[in-house]
Amino acid sequence: MTVDEALIDAVAANARITLTEKERIKFLQDFKDILDAFSTIADAPAAENPAIHPEPVRDVVRQDTPTPCLSQDDALRNTQHKKGGYFKGPKVAR
Amino acid sequence: MSVTNSVGDYVAQVRKGGVDILEDCRHALESARRINTRHHFLNTIADERFIAEARSVSDAAKKGRTGRLAGVALSVKDCLCVKDVETTAGSAILRGYHPLFDATAVERAVKEGAMVIGKTAQDEFGFGGFSVNVGKGFERPTNPIDASRSCGGSSGGAAGLTRAATFPHLAIAESTGGSIVCPAAFCGVVGICPTYGRVSRYGLIDYANSLDKIGTMATTVQDAALLLEVISGHDKNDSTSSPRTMEPLDAAASIEGLRVGIIKEAFGQGVDAAVAHAVKEGASQLEASGATLTNVSLPNVAKYGVACYYIIAMCEASTNLAKYCGMRYGAHGALGPQFNDYFSQVRTQHFGDEAKRRLMLGTFARMAGWREAYYVRALKVRAALIEEYQRAFKNVDVLLSPTMPMVAPTFDEIAKLSPLQNYMADILTVGPNLAGLPHASVPVGNVKNLPVGLQLIANHFDEKTLIRAAGGLQ
Repeated sequence: MTVDEALIDAVAANARITLTEKERIKFLQDFKDILDAFSTIADAPAAENPAIHPEPVRDVVRQDTPTPCLSQDDALRNTQHKKGGYFKGPKVAR
Repeated sequence: MSVTNSVGDYVAQVRKGGVDILEDCRHALESARRINTRHHFLNTIADERFIAEARSVSDAAKKGRTGRLAGVALSVKDCLCVKDVETTAGSAILRGYHPLFDATAVERAVKEGAMVIGKTAQDEFGFGGFSVNVGKGFERPTNPIDASRSCGGSSGGAAGLTRAATFPHLAIAESTGGSIVCPAAFCGVVGICPTYGRVSRYGLIDYANSLDKIGTMATTVQDAALLLEVISGHDKNDSTSSPRTMEPLDAAASIEGLRVGIIKEAFGQGVDAAVAHAVKEGASQLEASGATLTNVSLPNVAKYGVACYYIIAMCEASTNLAKYCGMRYGAHGALGPQFNDYFSQVRTQHFGDEAKRRLMLGTFARMAGWREAYYVRALKVRAALIEEYQRAFKNVDVLLSPTMPMVAPTFDEIAKLSPLQNYMADILTVGPNLAGLPHASVPVGNVKNLPVGLQLIANHFDEKTLIRAAGGLQ
Protein backbone atom coordinates (compact mmCIF):
# COMPACT_ATOMS: atom_id res chain seq x y z
CA MET A 1 0.00 0.00 0.00
CA THR A 2 1.28 3.44 -0.89
CA VAL A 3 0.27 6.21 1.43
CA ASP A 4 0.67 9.34 -0.66
CA GLU A 5 -1.01 12.66 -1.28
CA ALA A 6 -3.40 11.11 -3.81
CA LEU A 7 -4.65 8.70 -1.14
CA ILE A 8 -5.06 11.54 1.39
CA ASP A 9 -7.04 13.55 -1.18
CA ALA A 10 -9.30 10.59 -1.99
CA VAL A 11 -10.00 9.88 1.66
CA ALA A 12 -10.66 13.54 2.44
CA ALA A 13 -13.11 13.76 -0.45
CA ASN A 14 -14.95 10.67 0.79
CA ALA A 15 -15.05 12.10 4.31
CA ARG A 16 -16.36 15.45 2.98
CA ILE A 17 -13.41 17.37 4.41
CA THR A 18 -11.41 20.00 2.55
CA LEU A 19 -7.77 20.09 3.62
CA THR A 20 -5.38 23.00 3.53
CA GLU A 21 -1.92 22.32 2.09
CA LYS A 22 -0.49 22.34 5.62
CA GLU A 23 -3.09 19.78 6.77
CA ARG A 24 -2.36 17.54 3.75
CA ILE A 25 1.31 17.38 4.68
CA LYS A 26 0.57 16.81 8.37
CA PHE A 27 -2.09 14.14 7.79
CA LEU A 28 0.11 12.35 5.24
CA GLN A 29 2.83 11.89 7.88
CA ASP A 30 0.25 10.95 10.55
CA PHE A 31 -1.27 8.35 8.22
CA LYS A 32 2.15 6.79 7.57
CA ASP A 33 3.03 6.59 11.28
CA ILE A 34 -0.35 5.37 12.46
CA LEU A 35 -1.03 2.83 9.70
CA ASP A 36 2.48 1.45 10.09
CA ALA A 37 1.82 0.87 13.81
CA PHE A 38 -1.69 -0.49 13.24
CA SER A 39 -0.60 -2.92 10.53
CA THR A 40 0.62 -5.19 13.36
CA ILE A 41 -2.90 -6.58 13.65
CA ALA A 42 -2.09 -8.66 10.58
CA ASP A 43 0.10 -10.75 12.92
CA ALA A 44 -2.40 -10.89 15.80
CA PRO A 45 -4.40 -13.99 16.65
CA ALA A 46 -7.88 -13.72 15.18
CA ALA A 47 -11.12 -15.60 15.73
CA GLU A 48 -13.02 -17.02 12.78
CA ASN A 49 -15.99 -14.72 13.34
CA PRO A 50 -15.75 -10.98 13.91
CA ALA A 51 -16.99 -9.56 17.24
CA ILE A 52 -19.36 -6.86 16.00
CA HIS A 53 -20.24 -6.25 19.66
CA PRO A 54 -18.26 -7.25 22.77
CA GLU A 55 -21.18 -9.39 23.91
CA PRO A 56 -23.70 -11.06 21.60
CA VAL A 57 -26.61 -8.68 21.01
CA ARG A 58 -30.02 -10.08 20.17
CA ASP A 59 -31.96 -8.09 17.58
CA VAL A 60 -35.17 -6.76 19.04
CA VAL A 61 -37.97 -5.29 16.97
CA ARG A 62 -41.08 -3.67 18.30
CA GLN A 63 -44.64 -4.37 17.22
CA ASP A 64 -45.53 -2.54 14.03
CA THR A 65 -48.14 -0.35 15.67
CA PRO A 66 -48.33 3.46 15.65
CA THR A 67 -47.18 5.22 18.81
CA PRO A 68 -46.80 8.93 19.63
CA CYS A 69 -43.78 10.41 17.88
CA LEU A 70 -41.99 13.69 17.30
CA SER A 71 -44.24 16.47 15.98
CA GLN A 72 -43.27 18.27 12.78
CA ASP A 73 -42.65 21.48 14.72
CA ASP A 74 -40.37 19.72 17.22
CA ALA A 75 -38.46 17.97 14.43
CA LEU A 76 -37.72 21.36 12.88
CA ARG A 77 -36.94 23.18 16.12
CA ASN A 78 -33.15 22.84 15.84
CA THR A 79 -32.73 23.81 12.20
CA GLN A 80 -32.05 27.23 10.73
CA HIS A 81 -33.09 26.08 7.28
CA LYS A 82 -36.75 25.23 6.89
CA LYS A 83 -39.54 26.05 4.49
CA GLY A 84 -43.21 25.11 4.49
CA GLY A 85 -42.82 22.62 7.34
CA TYR A 86 -39.81 20.85 5.77
CA PHE A 87 -36.03 20.99 6.10
CA LYS A 88 -34.50 23.10 3.39
CA GLY A 89 -31.24 21.73 2.03
CA PRO A 90 -28.53 22.89 -0.36
CA LYS A 91 -28.93 22.55 -4.12
CA VAL A 92 -28.67 19.01 -5.47
CA ALA A 93 -28.39 19.95 -9.15
CA ARG A 94 -26.06 22.63 -10.45
CA MET B 1 -26.06 24.80 53.93
CA SER B 2 -25.45 21.11 54.54
CA VAL B 3 -22.10 20.11 56.01
CA THR B 4 -21.49 17.02 53.91
CA ASN B 5 -20.79 16.37 50.26
CA SER B 6 -21.11 12.60 50.63
CA VAL B 7 -24.09 11.69 48.52
CA GLY B 8 -25.28 8.89 50.79
CA ASP B 9 -25.12 11.09 53.90
CA TYR B 10 -26.77 14.02 52.16
CA VAL B 11 -29.72 11.99 50.86
CA ALA B 12 -30.17 10.57 54.37
CA GLN B 13 -30.35 14.16 55.70
CA VAL B 14 -32.88 15.10 53.02
CA ARG B 15 -35.04 12.16 54.08
CA LYS B 16 -34.96 13.33 57.69
CA GLY B 17 -36.16 16.75 56.53
CA GLY B 18 -33.09 18.51 57.87
CA VAL B 19 -31.99 20.14 54.62
CA ASP B 20 -32.98 23.29 52.74
CA ILE B 21 -32.57 21.98 49.21
CA LEU B 22 -33.13 25.38 47.56
CA GLU B 23 -30.48 27.06 49.68
CA ASP B 24 -28.04 24.23 48.95
CA CYS B 25 -28.90 24.52 45.28
CA ARG B 26 -27.94 28.20 45.25
CA HIS B 27 -24.69 27.42 47.06
CA ALA B 28 -23.91 24.69 44.53
CA LEU B 29 -24.49 27.04 41.59
CA GLU B 30 -22.22 29.71 43.09
CA SER B 31 -19.57 27.13 43.82
CA ALA B 32 -19.79 25.60 40.34
CA ARG B 33 -19.42 29.03 38.73
CA ARG B 34 -16.40 29.83 40.88
CA ILE B 35 -14.72 26.50 40.11
CA ASN B 36 -15.54 26.89 36.43
CA THR B 37 -13.87 30.28 36.16
CA ARG B 38 -10.58 28.61 37.04
CA HIS B 39 -10.90 25.11 35.62
CA HIS B 40 -13.56 25.11 32.84
CA PHE B 41 -15.14 21.79 33.86
CA LEU B 42 -18.59 22.76 32.58
CA ASN B 43 -19.38 23.71 28.98
CA THR B 44 -22.84 24.81 30.13
CA ILE B 45 -24.26 25.57 33.55
CA ALA B 46 -27.95 24.70 33.49
CA ASP B 47 -29.13 27.36 35.99
CA GLU B 48 -32.82 27.38 35.10
CA ARG B 49 -33.25 23.66 34.93
CA PHE B 50 -31.23 23.09 38.11
CA ILE B 51 -33.35 25.55 40.12
CA ALA B 52 -36.62 24.20 38.70
CA GLU B 53 -35.61 20.65 39.59
CA ALA B 54 -34.52 21.76 43.07
CA ARG B 55 -37.98 23.29 43.63
CA SER B 56 -39.65 20.12 42.48
CA VAL B 57 -37.44 17.88 44.67
CA SER B 58 -37.91 20.21 47.64
CA ASP B 59 -41.71 20.17 47.27
CA ALA B 60 -41.74 16.39 46.97
CA ALA B 61 -39.50 16.02 50.04
CA LYS B 62 -41.89 18.16 52.08
CA LYS B 63 -44.60 15.66 51.17
CA GLY B 64 -42.38 12.78 52.25
CA ARG B 65 -41.42 11.66 48.74
CA THR B 66 -37.65 11.37 48.29
CA GLY B 67 -35.79 9.42 45.65
CA ARG B 68 -32.46 7.67 46.06
CA LEU B 69 -30.63 10.77 44.76
CA ALA B 70 -32.87 13.45 46.27
CA GLY B 71 -31.23 16.86 46.17
CA VAL B 72 -27.94 15.70 44.60
CA ALA B 73 -26.37 17.85 41.87
CA LEU B 74 -25.81 15.81 38.73
CA SER B 75 -23.32 16.81 36.07
CA VAL B 76 -23.73 15.20 32.68
CA LYS B 77 -20.98 14.73 30.11
CA ASP B 78 -21.72 16.94 27.14
CA CYS B 79 -22.25 13.97 24.83
CA LEU B 80 -25.51 13.00 26.56
CA CYS B 81 -28.73 14.72 25.59
CA VAL B 82 -30.33 16.91 28.26
CA LYS B 83 -33.65 18.43 27.31
CA ASP B 84 -33.50 22.14 26.43
CA VAL B 85 -29.85 22.43 27.56
CA GLU B 86 -27.23 22.99 24.84
CA THR B 87 -25.63 19.63 24.09
CA THR B 88 -22.53 19.62 21.88
CA ALA B 89 -20.35 16.59 22.66
CA GLY B 90 -17.65 19.25 22.87
CA SER B 91 -17.86 20.03 19.16
CA ALA B 92 -18.46 23.31 17.37
CA ILE B 93 -20.51 21.44 14.80
CA LEU B 94 -23.22 20.90 17.44
CA ARG B 95 -23.22 24.47 18.80
CA GLY B 96 -26.78 25.58 19.39
CA TYR B 97 -28.26 22.08 19.53
CA HIS B 98 -30.92 21.86 22.24
CA PRO B 99 -32.25 18.29 22.55
CA LEU B 100 -35.97 17.66 22.80
CA PHE B 101 -35.53 14.87 25.34
CA ASP B 102 -33.31 13.53 28.13
CA ALA B 103 -30.99 10.57 27.57
CA THR B 104 -32.37 7.53 29.41
CA ALA B 105 -29.53 7.60 31.97
CA VAL B 106 -30.29 11.24 32.77
CA GLU B 107 -34.04 10.62 32.92
CA ARG B 108 -33.56 7.77 35.41
CA ALA B 109 -31.28 9.81 37.69
CA VAL B 110 -33.67 12.78 37.65
CA LYS B 111 -36.58 10.48 38.48
CA GLU B 112 -34.69 9.59 41.67
CA GLY B 113 -34.31 13.24 42.65
CA ALA B 114 -30.99 14.21 41.02
CA MET B 115 -30.85 17.75 39.61
CA VAL B 116 -28.89 18.55 36.44
CA ILE B 117 -26.35 21.30 37.18
CA GLY B 118 -24.66 21.34 33.80
CA LYS B 119 -22.83 19.70 30.92
CA THR B 120 -19.22 18.69 31.49
CA ALA B 121 -16.28 19.42 29.20
CA GLN B 122 -14.71 16.71 27.06
CA ASP B 123 -12.49 16.06 24.08
CA GLU B 124 -14.51 16.67 20.93
CA PHE B 125 -16.79 13.62 20.52
CA GLY B 126 -14.53 11.83 23.03
CA PHE B 127 -11.51 11.88 20.69
CA GLY B 128 -8.70 12.08 23.25
CA GLY B 129 -7.31 11.04 26.58
CA PHE B 130 -6.23 14.42 27.95
CA SER B 131 -9.19 16.76 27.28
CA VAL B 132 -6.91 18.90 25.12
CA ASN B 133 -8.76 18.04 21.89
CA VAL B 134 -11.71 20.25 22.76
CA GLY B 135 -13.78 21.59 19.89
CA LYS B 136 -13.15 24.93 18.22
CA GLY B 137 -14.08 27.75 20.58
CA PHE B 138 -14.33 25.56 23.72
CA GLU B 139 -12.26 26.07 26.86
CA ARG B 140 -9.76 23.37 27.81
CA PRO B 141 -10.46 21.98 31.32
CA THR B 142 -7.51 21.76 33.72
CA ASN B 143 -6.52 19.46 36.54
CA PRO B 144 -8.16 20.47 39.84
CA ILE B 145 -4.94 19.76 41.76
CA ASP B 146 -2.50 21.49 39.42
CA ALA B 147 -3.91 23.69 36.66
CA SER B 148 -0.77 23.30 34.54
CA ARG B 149 -1.70 19.63 34.07
CA SER B 150 -4.38 17.68 32.26
CA CYS B 151 -7.47 16.40 34.06
CA GLY B 152 -7.46 13.41 31.70
CA GLY B 153 -10.03 12.61 29.08
CA SER B 154 -12.24 12.39 27.50
CA SER B 155 -14.60 12.79 30.50
CA GLY B 156 -12.18 15.35 31.96
CA GLY B 157 -14.77 17.88 33.08
CA ALA B 158 -16.73 15.17 34.90
CA ALA B 159 -13.69 13.99 36.86
CA GLY B 160 -12.44 17.49 37.61
CA LEU B 161 -15.79 18.70 38.90
CA THR B 162 -16.21 15.52 40.96
CA ARG B 163 -12.90 16.27 42.66
CA ALA B 164 -13.47 20.00 43.09
CA ALA B 165 -17.17 20.13 44.01
CA THR B 166 -17.90 21.43 47.49
CA PHE B 167 -21.52 20.24 47.31
CA PRO B 168 -23.19 16.80 47.01
CA HIS B 169 -22.45 15.85 43.42
CA LEU B 170 -22.42 12.86 41.11
CA ALA B 171 -21.28 12.71 37.49
CA ILE B 172 -22.59 10.79 34.52
CA ALA B 173 -19.60 10.16 32.27
CA GLU B 174 -18.95 8.04 29.18
CA SER B 175 -16.15 5.78 28.02
CA THR B 176 -15.22 4.42 24.61
CA GLY B 177 -11.57 3.47 25.22
CA GLY B 178 -10.86 4.59 28.78
CA SER B 179 -12.59 7.94 29.03
CA ILE B 180 -13.98 7.31 32.52
CA VAL B 181 -11.09 5.65 34.32
CA CYS B 182 -8.33 7.82 32.83
CA PRO B 183 -9.65 11.16 34.11
CA ALA B 184 -10.79 9.53 37.35
CA ALA B 185 -7.16 8.43 37.90
CA PHE B 186 -5.68 11.84 37.03
CA CYS B 187 -8.11 13.69 39.32
CA GLY B 188 -8.10 11.21 42.20
CA VAL B 189 -11.77 10.20 42.11
CA VAL B 190 -13.66 6.94 41.56
CA GLY B 191 -14.81 6.13 38.03
CA ILE B 192 -16.92 3.13 37.09
CA CYS B 193 -17.45 1.96 33.52
CA PRO B 194 -20.02 -0.85 33.40
CA THR B 195 -20.37 -3.77 31.02
CA TYR B 196 -21.27 -2.81 27.45
CA GLY B 197 -25.07 -2.80 27.35
CA ARG B 198 -25.59 -2.40 31.09
CA VAL B 199 -26.68 1.24 30.70
CA SER B 200 -28.87 2.38 27.83
CA ARG B 201 -27.12 4.51 25.23
CA TYR B 202 -30.38 6.18 24.18
CA GLY B 203 -29.67 9.89 23.98
CA LEU B 204 -25.90 9.44 23.80
CA ILE B 205 -24.16 11.21 20.92
CA ASP B 206 -22.20 8.29 19.50
CA TYR B 207 -18.48 8.07 19.16
CA ALA B 208 -18.29 4.32 18.38
CA ASN B 209 -21.48 2.32 18.84
CA SER B 210 -19.96 -1.03 19.74
CA LEU B 211 -17.62 0.54 22.31
CA ASP B 212 -19.55 3.39 23.98
CA LYS B 213 -20.57 2.86 27.61
CA ILE B 214 -22.20 5.31 30.00
CA GLY B 215 -20.81 5.18 33.55
CA THR B 216 -20.43 7.14 36.74
CA MET B 217 -18.00 9.14 38.88
CA ALA B 218 -18.01 10.10 42.55
CA THR B 219 -15.61 10.62 45.41
CA THR B 220 -16.43 7.21 46.90
CA VAL B 221 -17.03 3.76 45.44
CA GLN B 222 -20.42 3.48 47.16
CA ASP B 223 -21.68 6.79 45.73
CA ALA B 224 -20.52 5.94 42.19
CA ALA B 225 -22.16 2.51 42.55
CA LEU B 226 -25.40 4.08 43.74
CA LEU B 227 -25.68 6.18 40.59
CA LEU B 228 -24.82 3.15 38.47
CA GLU B 229 -27.64 1.17 40.09
CA VAL B 230 -30.06 3.98 39.30
CA ILE B 231 -29.18 4.39 35.61
CA SER B 232 -28.70 0.70 34.72
CA GLY B 233 -31.18 -1.65 33.14
CA HIS B 234 -32.88 -2.52 29.89
CA ASP B 235 -34.39 0.24 27.81
CA LYS B 236 -36.75 -0.39 24.91
CA ASN B 237 -35.19 2.61 23.16
CA ASP B 238 -31.77 0.91 22.94
CA SER B 239 -31.81 -2.57 21.45
CA THR B 240 -28.21 -3.13 22.60
CA SER B 241 -29.13 -2.54 26.26
CA SER B 242 -29.13 -5.78 28.21
CA PRO B 243 -32.22 -7.29 29.85
CA ARG B 244 -30.00 -8.87 32.54
CA THR B 245 -30.74 -7.52 36.01
CA MET B 246 -27.90 -6.24 38.13
CA GLU B 247 -27.46 -7.51 41.66
CA PRO B 248 -27.29 -4.84 44.39
CA LEU B 249 -23.85 -3.24 44.58
CA ASP B 250 -22.19 -3.20 47.99
CA ALA B 251 -18.82 -1.51 48.38
CA ALA B 252 -18.67 -2.56 52.03
CA ALA B 253 -18.93 -6.30 51.29
CA SER B 254 -16.10 -8.50 52.54
CA ILE B 255 -13.35 -9.33 50.04
CA GLU B 256 -12.31 -12.46 51.92
CA GLY B 257 -11.39 -15.07 49.32
CA LEU B 258 -11.53 -12.65 46.37
CA ARG B 259 -9.16 -13.86 43.65
CA VAL B 260 -7.22 -10.94 42.18
CA GLY B 261 -5.11 -11.34 39.04
CA ILE B 262 -2.21 -8.93 38.66
CA ILE B 263 -1.74 -8.23 34.95
CA LYS B 264 1.95 -8.86 34.37
CA GLU B 265 2.34 -6.78 31.22
CA ALA B 266 0.78 -3.71 32.91
CA PHE B 267 3.80 -3.20 35.14
CA GLY B 268 6.48 -3.35 32.48
CA GLN B 269 8.17 -0.98 30.10
CA GLY B 270 6.56 2.43 29.72
CA VAL B 271 4.88 2.40 33.13
CA ASP B 272 6.23 4.93 35.65
CA ALA B 273 7.99 3.01 38.44
CA ALA B 274 6.47 5.15 41.21
CA VAL B 275 2.97 4.63 39.77
CA ALA B 276 3.56 0.87 39.56
CA HIS B 277 4.77 0.88 43.16
CA ALA B 278 1.67 2.75 44.43
CA VAL B 279 -0.60 0.30 42.61
CA LYS B 280 1.23 -2.70 44.06
CA GLU B 281 0.72 -1.16 47.50
CA GLY B 282 -2.99 -1.07 46.69
CA ALA B 283 -2.88 -4.74 45.74
CA SER B 284 -1.20 -5.51 49.05
CA GLN B 285 -4.04 -3.70 50.80
CA LEU B 286 -6.52 -6.05 49.12
CA GLU B 287 -4.40 -9.02 50.17
CA ALA B 288 -4.31 -7.79 53.76
CA SER B 289 -8.12 -7.71 53.71
CA GLY B 290 -8.37 -11.34 52.66
CA ALA B 291 -7.96 -11.37 48.87
CA THR B 292 -5.51 -13.72 47.16
CA LEU B 293 -3.13 -12.34 44.54
CA THR B 294 -1.86 -14.23 41.50
CA ASN B 295 -0.01 -13.14 38.38
CA VAL B 296 -1.89 -13.22 35.09
CA SER B 297 -0.49 -12.74 31.60
CA LEU B 298 -2.53 -11.11 28.80
CA PRO B 299 0.15 -10.85 26.09
CA ASN B 300 -2.13 -10.31 23.11
CA VAL B 301 -4.20 -7.61 24.78
CA ALA B 302 -0.97 -5.80 25.62
CA LYS B 303 0.53 -6.22 22.16
CA TYR B 304 -2.47 -5.68 19.89
CA GLY B 305 -5.09 -3.92 22.02
CA VAL B 306 -4.29 -0.35 21.00
CA ALA B 307 -4.23 -1.03 17.25
CA CYS B 308 -7.35 -3.17 17.39
CA TYR B 309 -9.25 -0.61 19.46
CA TYR B 310 -8.32 2.41 17.38
CA ILE B 311 -9.16 0.79 14.06
CA ILE B 312 -12.65 -0.20 15.24
CA ALA B 313 -13.24 3.10 17.05
CA MET B 314 -12.18 5.22 14.09
CA CYS B 315 -14.22 3.17 11.61
CA GLU B 316 -17.35 3.51 13.70
CA ALA B 317 -16.65 7.20 14.41
CA SER B 318 -16.28 8.00 10.73
CA THR B 319 -19.75 6.62 10.00
CA ASN B 320 -21.27 8.36 13.02
CA LEU B 321 -19.81 11.71 12.04
CA ALA B 322 -21.32 11.45 8.57
CA LYS B 323 -24.61 12.82 9.86
CA TYR B 324 -23.15 16.22 10.75
CA CYS B 325 -23.79 18.20 7.63
CA GLY B 326 -25.19 21.56 8.74
CA MET B 327 -28.82 20.89 7.93
CA ARG B 328 -31.02 19.64 10.75
CA TYR B 329 -29.32 20.79 13.96
CA GLY B 330 -26.12 22.32 15.28
CA ALA B 331 -23.94 24.60 13.16
CA HIS B 332 -25.33 25.76 9.83
CA GLY B 333 -23.91 27.61 6.86
CA ALA B 334 -25.43 29.76 4.13
CA LEU B 335 -27.27 27.51 1.65
CA GLY B 336 -25.39 28.77 -1.40
CA PRO B 337 -23.16 25.98 -2.69
CA GLN B 338 -24.13 22.66 -4.27
CA PHE B 339 -24.88 20.01 -1.64
CA ASN B 340 -21.51 18.22 -1.53
CA ASP B 341 -19.65 21.51 -1.37
CA TYR B 342 -22.02 22.75 1.34
CA PHE B 343 -21.48 19.65 3.51
CA SER B 344 -17.69 19.85 3.07
CA GLN B 345 -17.69 23.55 3.88
CA VAL B 346 -19.65 23.14 7.13
CA ARG B 347 -17.66 20.08 8.27
CA THR B 348 -14.28 21.59 7.41
CA GLN B 349 -15.13 24.80 9.26
CA HIS B 350 -16.43 23.18 12.46
CA PHE B 351 -14.57 19.90 13.06
CA GLY B 352 -11.32 20.14 15.04
CA ASP B 353 -7.99 18.58 13.99
CA GLU B 354 -8.34 15.29 15.86
CA ALA B 355 -11.92 14.83 14.65
CA LYS B 356 -10.69 15.28 11.07
CA ARG B 357 -7.80 12.87 11.63
CA ARG B 358 -10.01 10.10 13.04
CA LEU B 359 -12.71 10.72 10.47
CA MET B 360 -10.18 10.29 7.69
CA LEU B 361 -8.42 7.26 9.18
CA GLY B 362 -11.77 5.57 9.79
CA THR B 363 -12.97 6.39 6.29
CA PHE B 364 -9.75 4.91 4.89
CA ALA B 365 -9.97 1.69 6.92
CA ARG B 366 -13.48 1.04 5.60
CA MET B 367 -12.69 1.77 1.95
CA ALA B 368 -12.80 -1.00 -0.65
CA GLY B 369 -9.43 -2.73 -0.77
CA TRP B 370 -8.51 -2.07 2.86
CA ARG B 371 -11.69 -2.96 4.73
CA GLU B 372 -10.77 -6.65 5.14
CA ALA B 373 -7.18 -5.88 6.20
CA TYR B 374 -8.13 -3.32 8.81
CA TYR B 375 -11.75 -3.14 9.94
CA VAL B 376 -12.83 -6.78 9.54
CA ARG B 377 -9.46 -8.02 10.76
CA ALA B 378 -9.72 -5.82 13.87
CA LEU B 379 -13.18 -7.23 14.66
CA LYS B 380 -11.78 -10.77 14.46
CA VAL B 381 -8.81 -9.82 16.64
CA ARG B 382 -11.22 -8.30 19.15
CA ALA B 383 -12.99 -11.68 19.41
CA ALA B 384 -9.62 -13.35 20.12
CA LEU B 385 -8.75 -10.76 22.78
CA ILE B 386 -12.12 -11.31 24.49
CA GLU B 387 -11.27 -15.04 24.56
CA GLU B 388 -7.94 -14.19 26.22
CA TYR B 389 -9.79 -12.30 28.97
CA GLN B 390 -12.28 -15.16 29.37
CA ARG B 391 -9.43 -17.65 29.89
CA ALA B 392 -8.07 -15.38 32.64
CA PHE B 393 -11.46 -15.14 34.37
CA LYS B 394 -11.53 -18.93 34.78
CA ASN B 395 -8.92 -18.49 37.52
CA VAL B 396 -9.53 -15.01 38.96
CA ASP B 397 -12.49 -12.82 39.92
CA VAL B 398 -10.96 -9.47 39.01
CA LEU B 399 -7.90 -8.25 37.15
CA LEU B 400 -5.71 -5.45 38.49
CA SER B 401 -3.37 -2.93 36.87
CA PRO B 402 -2.46 0.74 37.03
CA THR B 403 -5.19 2.78 35.35
CA MET B 404 -2.72 4.99 33.51
CA PRO B 405 1.02 4.46 33.04
CA MET B 406 1.77 7.91 34.48
CA VAL B 407 0.34 10.65 36.69
CA ALA B 408 -1.40 13.60 35.04
CA PRO B 409 1.03 15.11 32.50
CA THR B 410 1.56 18.85 32.01
CA PHE B 411 0.12 20.52 28.94
CA ASP B 412 3.67 21.18 27.75
CA GLU B 413 4.43 17.45 27.90
CA ILE B 414 1.24 16.62 26.02
CA ALA B 415 2.01 19.18 23.30
CA LYS B 416 5.20 17.26 22.46
CA LEU B 417 3.35 13.97 21.84
CA SER B 418 2.60 12.80 18.29
CA PRO B 419 -0.93 11.51 17.58
CA LEU B 420 0.41 7.93 17.78
CA GLN B 421 2.06 8.60 21.16
CA ASN B 422 -1.27 10.03 22.35
CA TYR B 423 -3.02 6.81 21.35
CA MET B 424 -0.38 4.66 23.07
CA ALA B 425 -1.13 6.38 26.41
CA ASP B 426 -4.39 4.37 26.43
CA ILE B 427 -2.54 1.06 26.49
CA LEU B 428 -3.88 -0.01 29.90
CA THR B 429 -7.49 1.06 29.36
CA VAL B 430 -8.33 0.00 25.80
CA GLY B 431 -8.40 -3.73 26.67
CA PRO B 432 -11.46 -3.78 28.96
CA ASN B 433 -13.19 -1.25 26.73
CA LEU B 434 -12.61 -3.28 23.60
CA ALA B 435 -13.91 -6.37 25.38
CA GLY B 436 -16.87 -4.52 26.95
CA LEU B 437 -15.78 -5.57 30.46
CA PRO B 438 -16.83 -3.60 33.55
CA HIS B 439 -13.90 -1.75 35.07
CA ALA B 440 -13.20 0.94 37.63
CA SER B 441 -10.45 3.28 38.75
CA VAL B 442 -9.92 3.85 42.46
CA PRO B 443 -7.38 6.32 43.94
CA VAL B 444 -4.46 4.57 45.68
CA GLY B 445 -2.17 7.30 46.91
CA ASN B 446 -0.03 9.96 45.31
CA VAL B 447 3.18 10.37 43.38
CA LYS B 448 4.68 13.87 43.60
CA ASN B 449 1.39 15.05 45.13
CA LEU B 450 -0.56 13.81 42.11
CA PRO B 451 -3.12 11.01 42.40
CA VAL B 452 -2.56 7.49 41.13
CA GLY B 453 -5.44 5.29 39.96
CA LEU B 454 -5.67 1.52 40.36
CA GLN B 455 -7.76 -0.19 37.69
CA LEU B 456 -9.92 -3.23 38.43
CA ILE B 457 -11.59 -5.27 35.68
CA ALA B 458 -14.35 -7.85 36.21
CA ASN B 459 -16.08 -10.31 33.90
CA HIS B 460 -19.09 -9.30 31.81
CA PHE B 461 -22.08 -8.27 33.94
CA ASP B 462 -20.22 -8.92 37.20
CA GLU B 463 -20.39 -5.35 38.50
CA LYS B 464 -21.18 -6.82 41.90
CA THR B 465 -17.67 -8.30 42.23
CA LEU B 466 -16.09 -5.21 40.69
CA ILE B 467 -17.67 -2.94 43.33
CA ARG B 468 -16.85 -5.38 46.12
CA ALA B 469 -13.18 -5.33 45.09
CA ALA B 470 -13.11 -1.55 44.59
CA GLY B 471 -14.67 -1.05 48.01
CA GLY B 472 -11.79 -3.05 49.49
CA LEU B 473 -9.46 -0.21 48.55
CA GLN B 474 -11.36 2.50 50.42
